[in-house]
Amino acid sequence: MEIYINIAYLIAAVCFIYGLKMLSHPRTARNGNLISSFGMLLAIIATVGLNGTDVNGTSIQLNWMLIGIALLLGSIIGAFFAVKVEMTQMPQLVAIFNGFGGAASSLVACSEFLKLPDVGASTFTFIAISLSIIVGTLTFTGSFIAFGKLQGFVSGQPITFTGQQALNAILALILVGSTVMLVMGIELMTAFYIIIGLSALLGIFLVIPIGGADMPVVISLLNSYSGIAAAMTGFVLIANNPESSAGNALIICGSLVGASGIILTKIMCKGMNRSLANVIFGAVGGEVEGGGGSGKEVNIKSYSTEEAAMIFDAAEKIVIVPGYGLAVAQAQHGVRELAEHLESMGKTVLYAIHPVAGRMPGHMNVLLAEANVPYEQLKDLDEINPEFEDCDVALVLGANDVVNPAARSDQSSPIYGMPILNVDKARTVIINKRTMNAGFAGIQNELFGYDNSIMVFGDAKDMLTQLLSDIKEL
Amino acid sequence: MDITVITIFVLAIFVGFEIITKVPPTLHTPLMSGSNAISGIAIIGALLSTLVEGDIATWLGFVSVLFAMINVVGGFMVTDRMLKMFKKKK
Repeated sequence: MEIYINIAYLIAAVCFIYGLKMLSHPRTARNGNLISSFGMLLAIIATVGLNGTDVNGTSIQLNWMLIGIALLLGSIIGAFFAVKVEMTQMPQLVAIFNGFGGAASSLVACSEFLKLPDVGASTFTFIAISLSIIVGTLTFTGSFIAFGKLQGFVSGQPITFTGQQALNAILALILVGSTVMLVMGIELMTAFYIIIGLSALLGIFLVIPIGGADMPVVISLLNSYSGIAAAMTGFVLIANNPESSAGNALIICGSLVGASGIILTKIMCKGMNRSLANVIFGAVGGEVEGGGGSGKEVNIKSYSTEEAAMIFDAAEKIVIVPGYGLAVAQAQHGVRELAEHLESMGKTVLYAIHPVAGRMPGHMNVLLAEANVPYEQLKDLDEINPEFEDCDVALVLGANDVVNPAARSDQSSPIYGMPILNVDKARTVIINKRTMNAGFAGIQNELFGYDNSIMVFGDAKDMLTQLLSDIKEL
Repeated sequence: MDITVITIFVLAIFVGFEIITKVPPTLHTPLMSGSNAISGIAIIGALLSTLVEGDIATWLGFVSVLFAMINVVGGFMVTDRMLKMFKKKK
């Protein structure tokens, strides 16, 4: 029987790998996700099958009921969140799910610890248990703080106090010490509780000093942690039940997720021109930092939508640059309608998506896909930048820092070196903003004063509706 | 503890890096929610930990099955909901 279960785990792992591979194209991605979920179903069924055969006595009845209730309740809660969530709230949802994943791994490790025979276990087992609890628990508490920051329950400002990093270092040291206590067999239960409590605290302390604007990095990192926690739990399972390959399945899946999270973290850091250490320990990236800026006078040209409509009428190739401000204004549908009309006039329309345009990796793409923008039109930074050279109009909507040319030229700028969308290379740049306030980074944008730049002020949604009707009237 | 598990761990990380780097930025959000659902594989560990009779470990198992199931079902469903929205040009 055991062999069939192990084969089922192997098939499940293959399903996950193949499913992730199919995510390499939007055409195959949905089926890929179905294959992954089939793999998970198979793994669960195989495990429940094992439950029925290996356990003797009366406890089976209770376990079945418990398992049934947990599975049903979990499915209902998960499905509820999945159906109800708004696409703009996706970062919060992923944060919560990360947290549950981390907690589940940690709890399994706790349970395995309590099951250990009194005679003790190997050094390997204790280290695996400790790591699994630490990573899983800090993922849990850290994710909930991240959720709170994104949702506005906790201040988006970095929360800092003196000695914060020293405190974190002390916590980490005590965690190492407690792990050593486990291995040496000293005060097992005390060490166990200390590990749980302190890793929960560490998760909180690691996330509170990080500003709201840096949350995309944190979410990606926590995503990676939830995978690593699962992999560590896999080691625990292997150590405790060497004949079952359940642990192998956890190690494989956890590693895949861990790798995925790390890659996304790297991409986000690169998009913001920050090192990971700078994001974690820098305590910057607050939502509204003070005006700062160079104080340089910028002369802007403000146009009405009628005047802007004439420029669009004469244009052949238009690139739309959406920022998160667009999603806040709920203007995605307005953009799509404008783009469709321009295309019906025989013009080319593309969208330029900066890696940090949304609140998590790929967020802006999802928000535009929701508004029925075809995915072929969504171009990433490397694809779109050469296109600006022969572009007639670049329409910047609710984006600021990601189009600031200071990132290329001004070494004194805080965003110097950040990869940007080269909209200033377009013949005309039309920028829509509500007001002249500086962007997230609190820096004034010299682009607004360029000769080829035109400002159209107003709420993005209203402006787009007006612009579309003005273009139709021409 | 033999080297086999470490081998699996290291090789799986390499496989992960190879396939994930091929995912285009357009699909990074579904990648995240989908891979998150996969990390819910901890559910099989959770199911196994309910095996112990009537003590606290069983209840820990119950809670971990619950959490992992939220992660699995919610993760796969929301990923499907997003991927459904990615359409080709008419």
